Amino acid sequence: MKSINDENYTVTLDEANSVININGILRLSGNAEYQPIIDLLNELLESKSETLTINVEKLDFLNSSGIAMLSKFMISARSRENTSIVINGSNQIPWQAKSLKNLQRLLPSLELNFN
Amino acid sequence: MNETLGSYVEIANSDDIEQLNLSFSPSSLPLKQRWRNNGLSADFLGDYVTTFFPKDDSDPETSMRQAEIKGSVAYIANEVLENAMKYAYDNNDSMISISVFLLKDKIIFNGTNDVVKDQFEQLSKTANELLENDTNELFIQRMEENALSDTSAGLGLLTMINDYDANIAWKYTSTSNDVVNVTTQVTIKI
Repeated sequence: MKSINDENYTVTLDEANSVININGILRLSGNAEYQPIIDLLNELLESKSETLTINVEKLDFLNSSGIAMLSKFMISARSRENTSIVINGSNQIPWQAKSLKNLQRLLPSLELNFN
Repeated sequence: MNETLGSYVEIANSDDIEQLNLSFSPSSLPLKQRWRNNGLSADFLGDYVTTFFPKDDSDPETSMRQAEIKGSVAYIANEVLENAMKYAYDNNDSMISISVFLLKDKIIFNGTNDVVKDQFEQLSKTANELLENDTNELFIQRMEENALSDTSAGLGLLTMINDYDANIAWKYTSTSNDVVNVTTQVTIKI
């Protein structure tokens, strides 16, 4: 397990299960500040597992720079053949239903689950 | 120069409209140290408007609607403030401000800040692109470009238009030869 803990958010990479959990409120100011999280996402992408999961069920807010980060991940994931990318979200959190579907336009095979 | 781009709505002071105005001085604290205040202000505005969309415990729809409006206001206010802070000319005493107007069928956000001429050219280019193109296609195009070169200019505006069905307009006023006062206006239907 690797994690980043901040006053407003936590990010945990569970290497054994190829799951990254992103929780809290993420409104960092652009790519440079997002870099530590981008690094964990890239590490997830290196995993040999057939299914890589991004869990945002407890991510209450994400700004547009954060949406850019997830978009970039989807574009990178296209080159991974035989790998399924899954995002688990919550239909109780309004931004998720509005914005996550755009990621499917970047990666049509993306599986989106709302709980 | 005093012009508008897109369908800008002028709101007169005399109009009897519920409104909240927050102003910040760019010179009083460096950007980095005040970044967290964007989120605090945005959450405050989101919470504030919920008063006008009361929950009725016997009707789950009202609770969903309240959460949705709160989320939209907080997202848009945060993006408007982030842009204002990012691009503001911070070497003078003009304030950065955000005003939220609550109308019967819509909420209007006005984000105002000064920018220098070069920044203004870039901004008006972005504004024209957003007004003239299919914004869904533009989003995909921007994301593809961002994957190669880390440039996500205009992305906040694009997400507001595409995901929140927002209308965006601008007003520009020259304050001197080198400085332009810009108001970005975001309108969402409620």
